[in-house]
Amino acid sequence: MDIHEYQAKEVLSNFGVTVPPGALAYSPEQAAYRARELGGDKWIVKAQVHAGGRGKAGGVKLCNSEAEIYEATENLFGKKLVTHQTGPEGKGIYRVYVEGAVPIAREIYLGFVLDRSSQRVMIVASSEGGMEIEEISAERPESIVRSTVEPAVGLQDFQAREIAFQLGIEPAMTQQMVRTLKGCYQAFSELDATMVEINPLVVTSDNRVIALDAKMTFDDNALFRHPQIAELRDKSQEDPRESRAADRGLSYVGLEGNIGCIVNGAGLAMATMDTIKLAGGEPANFLDIGGGATPERVAKAFRLVMSDSNVQAVLVNIFAGINRCDWVAEGVVQALKEVEVDVPVVVRLAGTNVEEGQKILAQSGLPLIRATSLMEAAERAVGAWKNDLDQNTRVRAVK
Amino acid sequence: MSILLDRESRVIVQGITGKIARFHTKDMIEYGTNVVGGVVPGKGGETVEGVPVFNTVKEAVEATGANASLVFVPPPFAADSIMEAADAGIKYCVCITDGIPAQDMIRVKRYMYRYPKDKRMILTGPNCAGTISPGKALLGIMPGHIYLPGTVGIIGRSGTLGYEAAAQLKELGLGVSTSVGIGGDPINGSSFKDILEWFEKDPETEVIAMIGEIGGPQEAEAADYIKNHVTKPVVAYVAGLTAPKGRTMGHAGAIISAFGESASEKVEILSAAGVTVAENPAVIGETIASVMKKNAA
Repeated sequence: MDIHEYQAKEVLSNFGVTVPPGALAYSPEQAAYRARELGGDKWIVKAQVHAGGRGKAGGVKLCNSEAEIYEATENLFGKKLVTHQTGPEGKGIYRVYVEGAVPIAREIYLGFVLDRSSQRVMIVASSEGGMEIEEISAERPESIVRSTVEPAVGLQDFQAREIAFQLGIEPAMTQQMVRTLKGCYQAFSELDATMVEINPLVVTSDNRVIALDAKMTFDDNALFRHPQIAELRDKSQEDPRESRAADRGLSYVGLEGNIGCIVNGAGLAMATMDTIKLAGGEPANFLDIGGGATPERVAKAFRLVMSDSNVQAVLVNIFAGINRCDWVAEGVVQALKEVEVDVPVVVRLAGTNVEEGQKILAQSGLPLIRATSLMEAAERAVGAWKNDLDQNTRVRAVK
Repeated sequence: MSILLDRESRVIVQGITGKIARFHTKDMIEYGTNVVGGVVPGKGGETVEGVPVFNTVKEAVEATGANASLVFVPPPFAADSIMEAADAGIKYCVCITDGIPAQDMIRVKRYMYRYPKDKRMILTGPNCAGTISPGKALLGIMPGHIYLPGTVGIIGRSGTLGYEAAAQLKELGLGVSTSVGIGGDPINGSSFKDILEWFEKDPETEVIAMIGEIGGPQEAEAADYIKNHVTKPVVAYVAGLTAPKGRTMGHAGAIISAFGESASEKVEILSAAGVTVAENPAVIGETIASVMKKNAA
């Protein structure tokens, strides 16, 4: 789960990381008022969306007066911000964060990630702050400093000092760097984060170390033990279909194509998408309904897939292991009686009791297209879509 | 022979009194697995499917001589159960549980390193379908009947995609020495490389099939190991050619977040290491069969 910059800054400041003074606003009036409260004569107005690259996309504005803040905020509100991380549809701006400007002497990149090779938390830092880490690794790989943390004892002072010296931080500010690094690590490990990124972490001309931006991602599997973090979820930043799926215990990712997929198991779901592509089509979604494939889940899956108006054919691919094919077939038939599906549906069942399953599908009276192998299923789904949706192959609601 | 699991394995089920655990315990016993007990704290003295339940893994090991364990414990408590198994002297543990926090798994891995290598428990999973040595024993939730006994060693991150591969092999009359699910999580007990080592040493395994997917460094690490240490032919399939970058595809570990983690990059890296790559999931079985034929000639 992602959170907003202002939320991440609040979390990190509780762990001893210094952040600029700032306040949240939901309207231009409020933004101007917040600036007055903060004082000073230069402010930054920052669109709060769950994506990086906001500056380049026009989501961050430097303002010199309350009037400028009002105008900048008015221009941002309700708009979709499109950055290289949001996809073409962008993310809605419903909150802005107003911060007092800070005199920057130098910018540093600081990231904490779960490193899957060492199976530990890894610190990635670079003296080239302000650039995206992908750019830094492409253009200035020698500037990157890495350090892994021993999980039994946590981040040690000497490791933090090493990083500070490698980044060329002046000795007078080493202690501030150590406090920042240890604070981030503590937040990461105590709150079950999977990513903390401060880009840039700045050294100011008056010798302070300040987190100018902050991004945190949390482990969905650990939210049960951090209710205060779970509360920070902002559904306006999520794809509505994906959050609806997640609320129903299904794993869904929307894509650009037009062949909807309903599959049990994540690996098989990806393999099914790949096969559709090989057969000349484009998958509309990834959808894993879980190992079980109960009739309720199949019905939920059909509703979800059909809520995408691009879907012009549906491919159901279920490998029934412990749950037999006959039972899964009953579920598919029942789901299609409940859910209106007006595009061709290809069903491929494999595994236990496959013949009985096929028989149930054939005897259902529903115009389902059946397939036995994975390749055949993908070819038939692509064929059904290309054949301009032959009326005879459409499943109609039998309400 | 087979790897990790055979008829001699003495199995306990941690969390045996749960509904799903009971179901699969029955299934494993019917398959011929030597299930000797179960562990649920506070339920010691009960009996499930004819086997005794103990309060702790230590008691279960003392009373039954158990050396393998299947963990069916809910996510908040699963890491603790794995460490309990490691401490009680269990040699091989499969964890089925999906949804264990990643940092819990980091702690589990760190904890296991306190034992010298020859005393260290082998863990596969979590978030996997388990391990099966066809015709001998089943430690997991897969349908046993889709696996014929044979000489193909399977290692896979995915459950149902692994079934798909086994079913394709059965269709071609080919069998499996052992199939090991390493799971879909970012931090897992054993990697492809760890299991490749076992299959390389197993005289019964003739060819090794790896079923990978997007995300993480393990396929690339396996490629490096294969190039330098594996003499047996290796076949691979990598799922997720159509998966977008930066999105989690069902499995917590299936996310492209760095260079070398996409399916096409993994295919390239594995091919360069001499691995025969099945181009699509419908031909995994055929590809294995043709490699075996070439190997026999």
